[in-house]
Amino acid sequence: MNAAEPLLRVRGLTKHFPVRSGLRSRGLLRAVDGLDFDVRPGETLGLVGESGCGKSTTGRLLVRLLEPTAGTIEFAGRDITHARRRELRPLRQDLQIIFQDPYASLNPRHTVGRIVAMPLQVNGIDPPGGVKARVRELLELVGLNPEHYNRYPHEFSGGQRQRIGIARALALRPRLIVADEPVSALDVSIQAQVVNLLRDLQRDLGLAFVFIAHDLAVVRHFCQRVAVMYLGRIVEIGDRDDIYQRPRHPYTRALLSAIPDVGALGPAGRIRLTGEVPTPLDPPSGCRFRTRCPRAQEVCAREEPTLVTRDDARQAAACHFPEAGPPTPSHPDAAGPGGAVVDATPAGDGAGRLDGNAGEVAR
Amino acid sequence: MSVSPVDPAALAETGTGPGGDRSGAGFVGRSPGQLAWARLRRDRTGLVSGAMLVFFVLVALAVPLIEWAYGVGPREQFQSRLDGFGMPLGYAGGVTGEHWFGLEPGLGRDIFIRLVHGLRTSLFIAVAAAVTTAVIGVVLGTVAGYLGGWVDAVVNWVTDLTLAMPFLIIALALTPTLALRFYGQRDEVPAAFQIGVLIAVFALFGWTSTARLVRGQVIALREREFVEAARASGAGLGHMLFRQLLPNLWAPILVSFSLAVPAYVTGEAALSFIGVGLTDATPSFGRMIYRSLDYLQTDPAYVFFPGVTIFALVFAFNLFGDALRDALDPKSSR
Repeated sequence: MNAAEPLLRVRGLTKHFPVRSGLRSRGLLRAVDGLDFDVRPGETLGLVGESGCGKSTTGRLLVRLLEPTAGTIEFAGRDITHARRRELRPLRQDLQIIFQDPYASLNPRHTVGRIVAMPLQVNGIDPPGGVKARVRELLELVGLNPEHYNRYPHEFSGGQRQRIGIARALALRPRLIVADEPVSALDVSIQAQVVNLLRDLQRDLGLAFVFIAHDLAVVRHFCQRVAVMYLGRIVEIGDRDDIYQRPRHPYTRALLSAIPDVGALGPAGRIRLTGEVPTPLDPPSGCRFRTRCPRAQEVCAREEPTLVTRDDARQAAACHFPEAGPPTPSHPDAAGPGGAVVDATPAGDGAGRLDGNAGEVAR
Repeated sequence: MSVSPVDPAALAETGTGPGGDRSGAGFVGRSPGQLAWARLRRDRTGLVSGAMLVFFVLVALAVPLIEWAYGVGPREQFQSRLDGFGMPLGYAGGVTGEHWFGLEPGLGRDIFIRLVHGLRTSLFIAVAAAVTTAVIGVVLGTVAGYLGGWVDAVVNWVTDLTLAMPFLIIALALTPTLALRFYGQRDEVPAAFQIGVLIAVFALFGWTSTARLVRGQVIALREREFVEAARASGAGLGHMLFRQLLPNLWAPILVSFSLAVPAYVTGEAALSFIGVGLTDATPSFGRMIYRSLDYLQTDPAYVFFPGVTIFALVFAFNLFGDALRDALDPKSSR
């Protein structure tokens, strides 16, 4: 971590939900259990993992929709972990969220104009030119017809609704947007449009994103850095190309090899994980992935691996026995253990953006 | 900016939108309320029952006008039109051009004008009680549902307590006691006081169902993402309850309101019938039916008019409530 001061600094972020059956407490559901990561200004961090690994809980913790059990969240140098509503006011403007379900995230009884203007209204902001002009500007920005101001959400398609949600998140000119699976409820054809819109906005407005998704292809398209979560912990975090081409953690490898990629199955084929994800009520001792890990040994049950950078790798992986470096079979272009020669643009090392690198993806 | 002002892809989506092909040049969004109104207008049952309700309400509002045009007061007695046994002269309980619905046996009062007055009393009590219960229920339901925790627990506990109290027994015990407390043994209890006590008794027992209904709705809405979006933008409690939640609650509130009114009409009639509601001085359905029972065999016309009117009123309200629910929430199954 070098260059610019991180915009968002998360240390030891933890959320435990008490689980009750009847009156007796039945223990804690460790949804998120000690996350450390940074997001620099203008950077996109992808948060990937299976269902139930704590991705969405993390997103809600970041925008303080949930109260963290432990750990700290620092935004632009200020500790906001337990800030109260009034203290959060100025911060709300810098930190917004886009939701997964475009059908549930818009109030069905409000017009589009009212929905988009809501953050302005709630914070008592009167933008120059008036609220209505600002709303029209926002609708135009997300590619909607500003004349649709007076329409209701039910008159729009899923993709358009998601654009309305994006316009609402942009209303306060935030610096960081948490996007909680913003495209997974959409048609594949619409997904690309919305992701491209988000990327254009990210570039033009210099937004930082925490992009939560289970679709690795979308994350690869959109994010400069990627964090892989398993059972409430980050198992590997690093720059996109390092994660996708030289994954060190066995879980990341398994995830990547599960991407349906027609005709690109290498000799090693798919890594199949057996068994179920253990319950977060009672996570395994030591390394949480050990129960399904092909490389697990006795030490894995005793000691919890820390998230460290090992050997010649540039990303950090939480594993006692990280993969030595051969690329995943599905990406034969990244040859050799080092692999850096292939990688012309070292992604995300500086605070700058990745226009050259991101341009590789067809738009 | 690389974002084009109007994304062609988004515009292409617009064309296929439900309203897009119809509205053409001027984009006029149809609000959920307008859609419900359009659905209601297509529903014939709803229209007929609605028209009946409008008629009843107009009659109730125009009572002084009707009385003036009809030329007979509710307490006027026409003893000269009764025979020696106190039964009205003529056919069907004394129906004539002057007395449209005939006369009461015994006292000889005009049934039509008493019916109209009774309609006004009943509708006023029922609507006032329904409004009061709706307000109490909505406030308690939203607060309990949204805040949860101990507030919810307390409201639930009070709801259970209220439901456990026997309505009839308390109404029977409370009404005379209150009257005695304020007006003594001999004084005449004014009609306004009796009406107020009736409304209070209904409000005391009636809010529970609305509160439960609203609480459930709020709990379901609370987890919706648009509520979280407002919270993430820093909205306060007032904005949450009144701007975000309440507009989504109008449908169930309206339906429960329109179904509560007929229940209170019959409730008032029942209480007046067993003698704890209104006295004979105030014309009401319950008292009229109670008095008519003595003459069920000798003068069946007396029970016919108030009976049919109360039936029509309650029936119209119930049908309209159903139609309203269908219009507001077409996806719900009955």
